[in-house]
Amino acid sequence: MSGKPKLHYTNGRGKMESIRWLLAAAGVEFEEEFIETKEDLEKLRNDGVLMFQQVPMVEIDGMKMVQTRAILSYIAAKYNLYGKDLKERAWIDMYVEGTTDLMGMIMYLPFQPADTKEKNLALIIERATTRYFPVYEKALKDHGHDYLVGNKLSWADIHLLEAILMAEECKPDILSAFPLLQAFKGRTSNIPTIKKFLQPGSQRKPPTDEKFVAIVRKIFNI
Amino acid sequence: MSGKPKLHYFNGRGRMESIRWLLAAAGVEFEECFLETKDDLTKLQKDGSLLFQQVPMVEIDGMKMVQSRAISNYIATKYNLYGKDLKERALIDMYVEAVIDLNELLMTHTFQPADKKEQHFATIVDKATNRYFPVFEKVGGKEVTMDKTFLLATGFSRADVQLLETLLMAEECKPDILVKFPLLQSFKARISNIPTIKKFLQPGSQRKPPLQEKDVPKLMKIFH
Repeated sequence: MSGKPKLHYTNGRGKMESIRWLLAAAGVEFEEEFIETKEDLEKLRNDGVLMFQQVPMVEIDGMKMVQTRAILSYIAAKYNLYGKDLKERAWIDMYVEGTTDLMGMIMYLPFQPADTKEKNLALIIERATTRYFPVYEKALKDHGHDYLVGNKLSWADIHLLEAILMAEECKPDILSAFPLLQAFKGRTSNIPTIKKFLQPGSQRKPPTDEKFVAIVRKIFNI
Repeated sequence: MSGKPKLHYFNGRGRMESIRWLLAAAGVEFEECFLETKDDLTKLQKDGSLLFQQVPMVEIDGMKMVQSRAISNYIATKYNLYGKDLKERALIDMYVEAVIDLNELLMTHTFQPADKKEQHFATIVDKATNRYFPVFEKVGGKEVTMDKTFLLATGFSRADVQLLETLLMAEECKPDILVKFPLLQSFKARISNIPTIKKFLQPGSQRKPPLQEKDVPKLMKIFH
């Protein structure tokens, strides 16, 4: 037993990617066991290790944790990325829920029917640039600090960086109207643990392509 | 200014109902401001009151909180319904997230197009009785004592409140849905008898009724 957290998921981003980001940013080494076939998933289910028969599942600190948000909250709190008090946690939660909504839209895009893709992409770009990014730009502007909450790196910052990079994969110049977010992106990407995660060869997963969509559909029957 | 939390939403369950349940269970009085028309929503958006232009929004402790999970997390922590340490919180979160998933299925049932309704109903019943209820039946039965069982052995938490809410919603969907789950039936009875919750379950409380199909058009007008 290595003591390192062990992640059970498919070999792709999906709902596990935010967990990989958070562990990496916290400087925590982790192992991964990939579900490649339907049988792999069935085996996990039959072993009784998936509380609600679903992944992500992360073995950590003697627990077999499921439910993405539960896992993320635990890691954030454990590694002091969840603010110093209840109010800071409230702000981090609000910001994270916003980036979760945005990344959720982007995550499902490859799974949408081909004839709706263009419309959905346009909606993502609209939401990113008129609903979400303005909020984070304003937050940074209002307090003038490097980080979103409490003048200290938190889960909210890591999640925002992940969302920015995903959005840029949709539209490379999507940050053109957001100078503070551009600076935030530059700064946060340079944090040593994050910089390492952004380099080739890390456990960061590439964008979802059609081949991966087919694998996922097969494993999860969707 | 009353100091009471003030809830901004339409006059129905939706994503605000779990928040109403938590506040009520914690014995916290709250006020409500109902959105009746699109203009009501637009006004809040233009005011800058809605961080991401969306409701639920709850005015509490000097903040205008949005995002139902953020709001519920804050209330649960403030009123000691979130366990005593990180590991308990982790367990509560796992239970609550699953309950939210089931809740979401139940909540969206009324919005399903007619040709999809039967399939959706079958999915609800399948997931409820094969995926979720068995877990809570097993947990609920683990630490049975004379009159006190909560999902966490160490005491009452938001997980109990949110599970009860969802059990009642599931029964509205299919009245005998708990027939194979005797421990969940007794859990339901026990938690319903907690004084603050008992009060919330009585007519005249701020608990909202299920959404009727006839109310859907009005709702669509506000939000679309």
